[in-house]
Amino acid sequence: MSETQKRILMAKTGLDGHWRGPTIVARALRDAGYEVIMIGMASTDDIVRAAVDEDVDLVGLNIGGHIDVALRAVRAVQEARPGLAIFAGGTVPPHAKRQLEALGVEVYPPGSRLSDIVDAAARLTGG
Amino acid sequence: MSEIGELVAAALDGKREALARLLSIAERGGAAVLEIEERIRPRVGGAWVVGVTGPPGAGKSTLINALLPHAQAAMGKAAVLAVDPSSPFSSGAILGDRVRMQGRTFGPSVFIRSMASRGEMGGLARAASTCVRLFDACGWPVVIVETLGIGQVELDIMDLADSVVVVLNPGWGDTIQANKAGLTEAGDVFVINKADKPGAQQTRKDLLESLALLAKEPKPEIVETVATASEGVGALWQAIEAQRSLLMDSTEMSDRRALRHRRFVKKTIAHQIEHSIARLLASERGERLIADASLGEIDLSRTIAQVLAILSHDLK
Repeated sequence: MSETQKRILMAKTGLDGHWRGPTIVARALRDAGYEVIMIGMASTDDIVRAAVDEDVDLVGLNIGGHIDVALRAVRAVQEARPGLAIFAGGTVPPHAKRQLEALGVEVYPPGSRLSDIVDAAARLTGG
Repeated sequence: MSEIGELVAAALDGKREALARLLSIAERGGAAVLEIEERIRPRVGGAWVVGVTGPPGAGKSTLINALLPHAQAAMGKAAVLAVDPSSPFSSGAILGDRVRMQGRTFGPSVFIRSMASRGEMGGLARAASTCVRLFDACGWPVVIVETLGIGQVELDIMDLADSVVVVLNPGWGDTIQANKAGLTEAGDVFVINKADKPGAQQTRKDLLESLALLAKEPKPEIVETVATASEGVGALWQAIEAQRSLLMDSTEMSDRRALRHRRFVKKTIAHQIEHSIARLLASERGERLIADASLGEIDLSRTIAQVLAILSHDLK
């Protein structure tokens, strides 16, 4: 029985082409029992629409390219789905990490352990 | 009003978040599903359901992505329900159909929902039919359902869709394969996608041969496409529309819908019985029965008779 299956949206912001990180994270989350919806590289509108239509419990953003694009996506998701948890990974420089954290986003920069990310998913989805 | 009642009212009123939440509740199953079904019933029946099925990698998601602008132009808006497999090991899933549907931004007139099969065989998720009815009730005029692409062709889609589109590729098997999988009976429209690859004409010939054996007239149309370049996709949409008007003019439409309701009732009952069996076998009493049988203390057929007796008592 899978009545309480949690759903996580994985999206990439910006035009940076790295896909391996989110794929590995998605795989780890699947193996931990989550349903992971991948949308690849997406505009802010696409991310917001997916977060609403897919009724996800958590959004994972792979930050690529300019931090402003990511911040805009975070704010738009928070406006459309108030209270929805967001975490982020990717190549995030320290100043960008602080800006994301100021918006309530947990950041997992390169070198983070997969098990920490899976634990964060459990905590953020209330599991 | 109950929580479900409020959500249904909001969803029928066009609130996207409410519809999204109801789709999740339908997936979770249980008594809530019956309440949803009951509340939306007066509004169900207007939507046209298009099923897209075929082996993994045939290009189902890409084809739907290319079909969406046609569906939007013809119907105003369109919903997509895309089913992907759950892992049998962790019960988790990676739902990747949306990746192929990001090529263009469709705006609010397209609602894409990804769904994990959650252990259901047959190519769909258990909640798929309720989810289709939810879209229907909420005024989505066309619902495109993508089945998972595991094994050969999944036939549950026949019970859900008014139009079944079967997607194949050049070099896909031969006549024997087509007959074996039973897909010639399942399809209303056939697509040879990736038609720029060698072997498309041979595949068409093989398909024509299989379809010639069918009793139904007219024979399903075969359309060649290159979904990644949107080639042939307009012709495919026309073929689907032609099949639909044919269906509307015949009694087959109501036959199909009657069959669909019968299957829904049957599946719901089967699910409840399965649940009872699982519960019984996991109970102390069940464990004891099985242990006795595996030790050879009791004949297997007697164990089964005992389990059935307990079950029929429980179900009453």
